Amino acid sequence: MDFATILQVLDSTVRLATPLLLACLAGLFSERSGIIDIGLEGKMLAAAFLSAAIAATTGSVWWGLLAGIVGASLMSGIHGLASITFRGNQLISGVAINFLASGLTVLIAQDWFGQGGRTPSLMGGGRFESITLPLAETLRPVPVLGPIYAELISGHSILVYVAFLMVPATWWVLFRTRFGLRLRAVGEAPEAVDTAGVSVIGLRYAAIAICGLLCGLAGAYLATGLQAGFVREMTAGRGYIALAALIFAKWRPWYALYACLLFGLLQAVALRYQSIDLGGVVIPVQVMDALPYILTVVILAGFVGKAIPPRAGGEPYVKER
Amino acid sequence: MTLMKHFLGATTALAASACAALADPALIYDLGGKFDKSFNEAAYNGAEAYAEATGGSYRDIELQSEAQREQALRRFAEAGFNPVVTTGFSMSSPIASVAADYPDTKFVTIDGFVDPEEHPNVKSILFSEHEGSYLVGMMAAMASETGTVGFVGGMDIPLIRKFACGYAQGAKAVNGDVTVISNMTGTTPAAWNDPVKGSELTKAQISQGADVIFAAAGGTGLGVLQTAADEGIYSIGVDSNQNHLHPGSVLTSMLKRVDVAVEEAMTAGADLETGVEVLGLAEDGVGVAVDENNEDLVTEEMMAAVEEAKASIVAGDTEVHDYSSDDSCPALSF
Repeated sequence: MDFATILQVLDSTVRLATPLLLACLAGLFSERSGIIDIGLEGKMLAAAFLSAAIAATTGSVWWGLLAGIVGASLMSGIHGLASITFRGNQLISGVAINFLASGLTVLIAQDWFGQGGRTPSLMGGGRFESITLPLAETLRPVPVLGPIYAELISGHSILVYVAFLMVPATWWVLFRTRFGLRLRAVGEAPEAVDTAGVSVIGLRYAAIAICGLLCGLAGAYLATGLQAGFVREMTAGRGYIALAALIFAKWRPWYALYACLLFGLLQAVALRYQSIDLGGVVIPVQVMDALPYILTVVILAGFVGKAIPPRAGGEPYVKER
Repeated sequence: MTLMKHFLGATTALAASACAALADPALIYDLGGKFDKSFNEAAYNGAEAYAEATGGSYRDIELQSEAQREQALRRFAEAGFNPVVTTGFSMSSPIASVAADYPDTKFVTIDGFVDPEEHPNVKSILFSEHEGSYLVGMMAAMASETGTVGFVGGMDIPLIRKFACGYAQGAKAVNGDVTVISNMTGTTPAAWNDPVKGSELTKAQISQGADVIFAAAGGTGLGVLQTAADEGIYSIGVDSNQNHLHPGSVLTSMLKRVDVAVEEAMTAGADLETGVEVLGLAEDGVGVAVDENNEDLVTEEMMAAVEEAKASIVAGDTEVHDYSSDDSCPALSF
């Protein structure tokens, strides 16, 4: 494997990890506040559809992005209403979100565009173009670092940079602000937060709103950044891999970045090499596809450290009288 | 009492509609969905052609899950639809388990195989995809400047390997030194609907030197075609004519005349002859698509070579190895 190949695989890793990372951070906010969210898949799908549909109708990807965020936030709102206000089961509500998005997107797309649950292909301003960072071409001849800058760091769509910036931002919000402290507290001991006179419901809704925003970015990136339009079920299980990454990262932002990059790398390698020959032992591609889940199970089983979820996760908060 | 009346009214209406449907054909699409711009859409076009030509009507259903296969078959058979046409290899085993219960109904499985000895009321229509793929493989090798051509398959099943194998043989027939890169998107049905992975596979193949890529991957193929157009290389569509999706970039499409098969089955109606039918180049069951969108890309030299190979295959002088015959491919290793 030469240097250029490694760069291409890493480049592919960044592209594949970005939707995972955004969805993973979305789940992080939600679960840190005590709302278990297996509806990431559905929210991404809704966002992917709406962003592509609006971008196709208006011709502007920014309106598409906004619509995607609104779509994912609406789904989030339903989840919040069911699990916070009506204290329903968060898992069931999440599954419902997934089914709802899977069915609604195709139904609306068919009614709207009549192309069999797809949106028309996006042209020109309807897509996120890749950005060439300043000096990328000038620095390319510099050995090693030049190609790394020009190939790997430069030349992605803006949402990729946003996603990576979200990691320190999430860390700062969660661990360095009053809001973050309260948000984490509400996921561990909501009664304590309530005693301190802070609204548990308000905090949880805020977390859900951030979750919707990030899922919106993830979905919009899939449909308007990586692809040029929406295709039914185009998230293809990425919401679940993001959830696995979240557990793998033990609900911490920097680890979430590493977990998503690792899972992205596994996908990129699996796509590049169908089967890997390790000195006589051939690893089939199916193993690479299954590795994210296997690793998550290993973590959950407690072989490598312990994954301790937020204590109040999954529990609707009922005020004591 | 009024409620009872409603119920009675509804029952009569249902019975009436069931009678009206008698002997109309029915069509069941596979999970890819009716408008996949590919395989199922070809079936839909065939059904529409039948309706237009004969003035008849038909009923269709898009499956949403595996569990619905048998249910849909039984529904149509019980409502008196005949024949019941289905698309996709996955329908063959549900048909095999249902067919004996409805001996008067004819079932058609396109791409699937049901033993005609055991189930005399089933017609299996198979296509010689390897022959069509051979022709587009030749065109790919002739259009390629780098000497490397790519193949992106959907779910890793023998049928898709059959495409890949024919393609590789065609490419190697033109240029013995050609490198064929073959990738499958996945091993689950999600592999038919993952354009993002299709894109990444395309980018990976381009970086390995491929400049013509054949996508036999349903919805995933749309990602392949899109990326090929973005990166300025050629792509080859599958099943339906996909030349119009990206004019100037889609070199051609490997046509599988599912539409013709569906139209003929529906037109034959209840008198449909059952058994196994294989549609190959000789029957025009497979072929390459040339229209106004790609006529500038296809050179006369290519067309001449394709016509010559086609004649040779039809005459039996050139034999294209069929992967599904012995689960191996001389031109490509999986």
